[in-house]
Amino acid sequence: METRSARIALRLATGFTLAFLYLPLAVIALYAFNQKRIQTWPISGLTLSWWQKAFHNPGVRDAVLRSVEAALGATLIAMVLGTLAALAVNRYRFFGRETISFLVILPIALPGIVTGMALNATFRTVFEPFGVSFGMFTIIVGHATFCIVVMYNNVLARLRRSAGSIEEASGDLGADTWQTFRYITLPLTKTALLAGGLLAFALSFDEVIVTTFTAGAVQTVPLWILQNLSRPNQLPIVNVVAVSLILLSAIPVYIASRIAQESGILRRR
Amino acid sequence: MASVTYTQPPPRRSPGRRFAAFLYRHPRVQLSLLLATPLGWLVIAYLGSLAVLFLAAFWRLDPFTADIVKDPGLQNFQTLLDNPVYREITIRTVKIAAAVTITDAILAFPIAYYMARVATPRVRNLLVVLILMPLWSSYLVKVYAWRVILQEDGILNWALGPFGLHGPGFGEIAMWLVFSYLWLPYMILPLYAGLERIPDSLLEASGDLGARAGRTFRTIVLPLALPAVVAGSIFTFSLTLGDFITPNLVSSVQFIGNVVYANVGVANNLPLAAAFATVPVLIMIAYLLLAKRLGAFESL
Repeated sequence: METRSARIALRLATGFTLAFLYLPLAVIALYAFNQKRIQTWPISGLTLSWWQKAFHNPGVRDAVLRSVEAALGATLIAMVLGTLAALAVNRYRFFGRETISFLVILPIALPGIVTGMALNATFRTVFEPFGVSFGMFTIIVGHATFCIVVMYNNVLARLRRSAGSIEEASGDLGADTWQTFRYITLPLTKTALLAGGLLAFALSFDEVIVTTFTAGAVQTVPLWILQNLSRPNQLPIVNVVAVSLILLSAIPVYIASRIAQESGILRRR
Repeated sequence: MASVTYTQPPPRRSPGRRFAAFLYRHPRVQLSLLLATPLGWLVIAYLGSLAVLFLAAFWRLDPFTADIVKDPGLQNFQTLLDNPVYREITIRTVKIAAAVTITDAILAFPIAYYMARVATPRVRNLLVVLILMPLWSSYLVKVYAWRVILQEDGILNWALGPFGLHGPGFGEIAMWLVFSYLWLPYMILPLYAGLERIPDSLLEASGDLGARAGRTFRTIVLPLALPAVVAGSIFTFSLTLGDFITPNLVSSVQFIGNVVYANVGVANNLPLAAAFATVPVLIMIAYLLLAKRLGAFESL
């Protein structure tokens, strides 16, 4: 349908956009092997020593541990809450059912600064009188709040695609609610839970804005990067951390493309 | 012939099983148990927080003691309206968010069109993965990469130098560039999905009726793709509107978010911060209502 010249123009424009998306990432990847400490271009020589230094850097190690801790906690809470809400919405018709989808998406749809401030103010007035200060706990609560939506959407989509008659059959054969959940619902939603969990983990691992409002003195990886951007001496280490994060993002991409394949965004025709 | 009797084991009456039977007979109780925790979390922890924040916008700071005075009034909004600095910041934020949205729509159209209508399925799937990859890369890493590129001794000035040109440096242009880069995948993906939904037969019919490629594009493709563009623009617009880290890293000018952040932290003026934070929320609500009328929600 498209003329030959239109096809060529489209191909060129596509190439240009891809170059625009990838060149900045490539530049950072090169700088991670830069011999010099200062970030000028062109780079003078290549070295692997920053990778070793980053690996042994206590700040980096600590930040990675904190981030993993926060992401695991947030993912687990979001998994439980998102699954419960998805089960309720899938099984029952009740007043306000339509608003639940809206409610779960709200923490991620509103500007991060609003969510961050709201949680900050609440933590200050509700938690601090009980002696809970800003730290890992408040980070996890904040992250879990905006991670619920990925779990909810994934599990609900899976439940909608699977026949409810299987669960009824399980009940007819004498299984009680717990057995049906254990032997039918859980295996049925297992991959959706895994996929949603990885996306939630990635979302939490990368979050900056809400975290700046809820972290207190705890430093996650994004907060560590943010702080060290203003320290020229640390930039070579930041480069290494940056490239590692780019490489790690291939994992959620793989998962996301699998989900897309299932939901028909990617087609295998 | 001997008859065989099958005896069934008596059903266990463990407490767990009794409770399960109770739940089965009382679906409302089961529903309440399912919903209690997630709704408790989202309504009490989250909506409650938002409500407190909204209330705080009407409080004020005692000028002498710097304590929060909780008698409601509109003085914060008065300050925001009277002080030209706040107006300027709001206009700048909205202007850049709009510029970013338009830029992303223009950049996304050719690649989305190529993916939806020209590329083979193999190439298309590859392109989707190639676009998802930068989307999932760390936000800070991407901003940092642009800092390195745009800085005085950076690669951009090095490349432009031989032509006697100089890059934009840090400032509003850098901000526009970085935001456009950050949110571009969020525009490409809905647009691709939207373009793919246009039936081939419509384009063929347009051609059969004598329209040239340009006319078909203007009268068929663009109107049908508009909801998808609006859907993508929800992300590009709202993500730019609420940001304060990118403005901080690649410019020295302020966004709404920077003022809010400074007032929560350094200045410790939560009421003013809360009042200013309602501005992007109100803009986004208006934007979402408009987007809904344009049919964007079916394209999300």
